[in-house]
Amino acid sequence: MAPPRRPRLGVWKFSSCDGCQLSILDCEDELLAIAGHLEIANFVEASSAVVDGPYDLSLVEGSITTPEEARHIREIRAESRVLVTIGACATAGGIQSLKNFADVQEFTRAVYARPEYIHSLATATPIADHVAVDFELRGCPISKAQLLETISAYLTGRAPNVPNESVCIECKRRGNVCVVVAHGTPCLGPVTQAGCGAICPSFNRGCYGCFGPQGSPNIPSMLKHLDHVGMSRPEVQRVFRTFNALAPAFRTASDAAGAEGETK
Amino acid sequence: MTERTIAVDYLARVEGEGALKVRIHDRRVEEVQLKIFEPPRFFEAFLRGRSYFEAPDITARICGICPVAYQMSSCHAMEQALGMTVGGPLRELRRLLYCGEWIESHALHIYLLHAPDFLGYPDAIRLAKDHPEAVKQGLELKKAGNHLMQVLGGREIHPVNVRVGGFYRCPSRNEFEALRPELERALALAEETVRFAAGLPFPDIEEDYEFVALHHEHEYAMNEGEVVSNRGLRIPVSQYEDHFEEVHMPYANALHSVRKGGGAYLVGPLARYALNHGTLSPRARSAAKEAGLGDVERNPYRSIIVRAVELVYAAEEALRIIDAYRPPAEPFVAPPPSFHATSGCAATEAPRGLLYHRYRLNADGLIEEAKIVAPTSQNQKRIEDDVRHLIERSLDRDDASLTHQCEFAIRNHDPCISCATHFLTLDLERT
Repeated sequence: MAPPRRPRLGVWKFSSCDGCQLSILDCEDELLAIAGHLEIANFVEASSAVVDGPYDLSLVEGSITTPEEARHIREIRAESRVLVTIGACATAGGIQSLKNFADVQEFTRAVYARPEYIHSLATATPIADHVAVDFELRGCPISKAQLLETISAYLTGRAPNVPNESVCIECKRRGNVCVVVAHGTPCLGPVTQAGCGAICPSFNRGCYGCFGPQGSPNIPSMLKHLDHVGMSRPEVQRVFRTFNALAPAFRTASDAAGAEGETK
Repeated sequence: MTERTIAVDYLARVEGEGALKVRIHDRRVEEVQLKIFEPPRFFEAFLRGRSYFEAPDITARICGICPVAYQMSSCHAMEQALGMTVGGPLRELRRLLYCGEWIESHALHIYLLHAPDFLGYPDAIRLAKDHPEAVKQGLELKKAGNHLMQVLGGREIHPVNVRVGGFYRCPSRNEFEALRPELERALALAEETVRFAAGLPFPDIEEDYEFVALHHEHEYAMNEGEVVSNRGLRIPVSQYEDHFEEVHMPYANALHSVRKGGGAYLVGPLARYALNHGTLSPRARSAAKEAGLGDVERNPYRSIIVRAVELVYAAEEALRIIDAYRPPAEPFVAPPPSFHATSGCAATEAPRGLLYHRYRLNADGLIEEAKIVAPTSQNQKRIEDDVRHLIERSLDRDDASLTHQCEFAIRNHDPCISCATHFLTLDLERT
């Protein structure tokens, strides 16, 4: 009897830093096992052998910032049975979505001597704004453990166990002293999704929201708290407008901070 | 009359998106374009209006493979602007973090991205089927570098513990002590890597490079030093822009950097080794000697041996720092409470070479202007020259073989295209 065909994996990059797909290569103990269970059919950062689609599982990194990218993601969707977006760029636009809040023509003139050579959309947008996405993996960068869980779940045909609880829950489980209570340090932990392992509070630093909003964030209460610990409104606006600026709850927060900043 | 075009539409095993286009007319190479089509992300534009304090976290996101380099160059530039000096154990910890990144990045490039070219495989997964021990050793080394970054930085990609002035928390001696067996094993594996690399088949060629790197009198430069070259340049980092300029090419979303009044130059491991080998540790120097390296290595293919020698150095240096470590009283030097409009610049040695940052700040500490020159934008023009020379030597090869050789020649320099965007596909046109 012929062995069953391994599912085909495609790893795709759009506008990003490559960190999330690097997370796959950073699974040093599991990489060869992953390659045993999945046929790595298209992963250009790791291999010059490219197999044509269709693909059973596509992992997509990055946000859509050019007309070519907007076309390419539709081709990838059409060729992929399951499409999982990985990281803050793919799920919420990423740091480059800050251009959505500015004039991209002016940005181009500021960075490039010959702006006419640059072709860029006015916005950087999450993959789900363009095509149907089957599952989103958060983080800037994603967590290796959550990535392995998502791949294992795919291989066994179950839903990934990736909770949308807050960083606070993870922080308590880790036994950290709360940086807000003990030191008055501004921390986005209460409104941010877990998954990183609460690393910032473990280093005496407030969470800066790189996993985006948790399942049921209380943004008004968070804004009040940040005010209480002495953050200025422009600072509050900036902290929500960083790596997950387009995630709806964070966008609400940064817009609110901006509006109040104007009236104060 | 023959017209030949060679095109690589999407360069594999490099970080980011790039392409190569070569046009050959009557056996003359008329044009070589290393194209960067990685979309522009406008970091230098959206940094404006952000606090000086945010620059390390934001600029880290330029590159997932070398975030520490961006954090280090931005911190040093801000500290220079604010008149802060970070010395003692904090300076050593920064060097330790950089050792972690050099180990992770070099192990990745040597085993997963570059070795498959020498041994005729499309990737490390297929290489592992025939050479499992080599790939496993590479992964183990990479893991040791990543583990060091986790302990000191919180995580390996986009570490969270770096701030202007130092760190948020300095790990205890015990936390570092637990890393010792892994780092000792990494040092032995790094020496094994030098032997592995030296045993690879190399074409017998040399390039006449102008090497540029940071140089420090007493240590193999990472975070600090003068900018020097093998053609007599010796300047403080503050004069960098007087001697180097960026040129915007029509086919790239990246800016080429050239020596003013000069031309293409090379940064990275070959440059560091040529200019700084005297400050390598005795074990790294003896590994280099055993591998047959002289004082200068001009064969770009042999850069894989130089990276391996730097692995030995980084592992040994990490162990030295951990041995001498005593946690400082405070994890950071506090920035001044208020300041005037100011500006500052710095360069540090990313795994791929010199990384320059300059910032102008207003009196509120907000960034008014940012300039970032990445290693790959400095190397881009010189990589094109390497490819041109390769093609001139190999005109009789067929297109498929020539295309593969071009990609190999580009990967010699471990280009990082996400960084340079502001890169790879081969398009070879023969007429």
